[in-house]
Amino acid sequence: MSDAVVQDQTEAAHAGASWFRRAVDSDLFYSFRRSKLTMLAAAVTLLFFLLAILASVLAVQNPFDPAQLQLMNSRISPLWTADGQSPFLLGTDEQGRDVFSAILYGLRISLIVGVLGVVFAGAIGITLGLIAGYLGGAVDAVIMRIADVQLTFPAILIALIVNGVAKSVFGNRLDPMSMLAVLVVAIGLSFWVQYARTVRGSVMVEKNKDYVAAAQLIGLPAPKIMLRHVLPNTMGPILVIATINLALAVITEATLSFLGSGMPDTMPSLGTLIRIGNNYLFAGEWWIVAFPGIALAGLILSINLLGDWLRDALNPKLR
Amino acid sequence: MLAFTLRRAVQAIGVMIAVGIIAFAMFRFAGDPVSQIVSIDTPAAEREAVRKSLGLDDPVLVQFARYFINAAQFKFGVSYQFRQPVSTLLAERMPATLELAVCATIFAMVFGILMGVYAALRRDTLLAKLCQAVSLIGISLPTFLIGILLIYLFAVTLGWLPSFGRGEVVRIGWWTTGLLTVSGLKALIMPSITLGLFQMTLIMRLVRAEMLEVLRADYIRFARARGLTTRAIHFGHALKNTLVPVITVAGLQFGSVIAFSIITESVFQWPGMGLMFVQAVQNVDIPIMAAYLLMVSLIFVTINLVVDILYTIVDPRLRATVSRPA
Repeated sequence: MSDAVVQDQTEAAHAGASWFRRAVDSDLFYSFRRSKLTMLAAAVTLLFFLLAILASVLAVQNPFDPAQLQLMNSRISPLWTADGQSPFLLGTDEQGRDVFSAILYGLRISLIVGVLGVVFAGAIGITLGLIAGYLGGAVDAVIMRIADVQLTFPAILIALIVNGVAKSVFGNRLDPMSMLAVLVVAIGLSFWVQYARTVRGSVMVEKNKDYVAAAQLIGLPAPKIMLRHVLPNTMGPILVIATINLALAVITEATLSFLGSGMPDTMPSLGTLIRIGNNYLFAGEWWIVAFPGIALAGLILSINLLGDWLRDALNPKLR
Repeated sequence: MLAFTLRRAVQAIGVMIAVGIIAFAMFRFAGDPVSQIVSIDTPAAEREAVRKSLGLDDPVLVQFARYFINAAQFKFGVSYQFRQPVSTLLAERMPATLELAVCATIFAMVFGILMGVYAALRRDTLLAKLCQAVSLIGISLPTFLIGILLIYLFAVTLGWLPSFGRGEVVRIGWWTTGLLTVSGLKALIMPSITLGLFQMTLIMRLVRAEMLEVLRADYIRFARARGLTTRAIHFGHALKNTLVPVITVAGLQFGSVIAFSIITESVFQWPGMGLMFVQAVQNVDIPIMAAYLLMVSLIFVTINLVVDILYTIVDPRLRATVSRPA
């Protein structure tokens, strides 16, 4: 009896190890290991995510709890300059907020909006793409015409319009959490087209293959065939789009917040921090805007590099 | 050819009607237009009178038809913030935006082509690799960060250029221009670079790729065999052939440049349509938002239509494929 359990466990361990071996031996990992720039980009991206997750542990204060701010500590320059003071590594702003802590919390908001926005856009795009590709005909024509039209407009314009309409419907002063939801919806509605087109294209190829005919013959319902059989075969390109769109979503969120139509000052994202800091640029307090700006640029650049690598690595023509 | 043009024109009108429906829906259903006009303590009877005078109690289809006929005559209603007709406000701010967009496009074309040609001809030099790296950064950095960086360098630190506004403008009829004064020209430099940088990287990459491809073509080899100078081959033959797609892309991008001027205008407080649109979004001024959406759509659709038609004139192969019955 116990022998059987032990054997099960070793088999499970063996299966786990072989899964790991397979990942390490895969083409993808090989191409990953060969590109130093990609490894660096992955490390930086990972670091940003870790910083965002551990924000409350790493920050010296909760920068948006007014009780923890002291005006005495306002406008301190970064630690390595002559007027720097511990523990304010990157200096403080007008209200005595620690810039480093503010960046950590802002990064968290930016990444939450970016990831949720990409997931939402993916959900809309994949669903519509599956329906359009699988059903074809008039449904396909309508969905793809809408996609064509939307593709000619820049995402930022659509996001701003969605934002303005949401404000008009729900009132101008939304609380921060609702604003976050509005941003996610705005980003989702701006970026679904690419998923829909890609998924539709793959589905049109896949649906004529034998395995789909077999699934239809045994009487599976269409939604089940789409989700369980066709969708998994379109995942490669979707992953690439999602990575590149994460960078675009973060940029869009930051731009909206910078324009004053995004996250409010009470719960700022990186874009909001840059908008606030921009006001102090002329007073010579460059650190209030510079460090959030560098964080944002680094985050976007590393995600973009990862996306570029993934696109080339998953493209069989380039192997 | 005629059938193709007509089909494209019908499509363009279809798109405009679709955008018109969205604009109308925003105008009519996102918030109550009456409550935006009257004050909080207006009695109900007076509200009804306003509602009637705006025609808001007519059937929706009648309202839509009226909105559409008005919009076709560039009557977009009255702005909630400014209490002025939206068309007047737009007309006042349009010259600023168009001037900025044209300057940005010229900047993008000139530097994009120069850098692209250099990167293609001297592929392995350090400078060419630098161009490639700059283009990657240009795509990755958000527009507003580039603007802030330029302001910090040239306005705050060096004090060479103004950080906001258009400088002195000269009025010619209803058009205002900053191109005729020194302060106006100085004010144009940083916004144009900020706005055009993305298009510049796009054009640079396109020119580089096209040049590399053209330089491998047979007619270039024959030109060399004929003993033409390198300069004549590179600029007379190769570059000329890469310019058709470049001009197409620059033309198609002009609509995006106008739309993206929203961000640049906000950074530099440039008194154009984009800044007005951003303020309209912040203050929930739906008539301006709807009008801006319609205007930008009209520009987009017109440019796309013109480019499509020009393409069929320039490239006979397209005509052959489209005249085949679908």
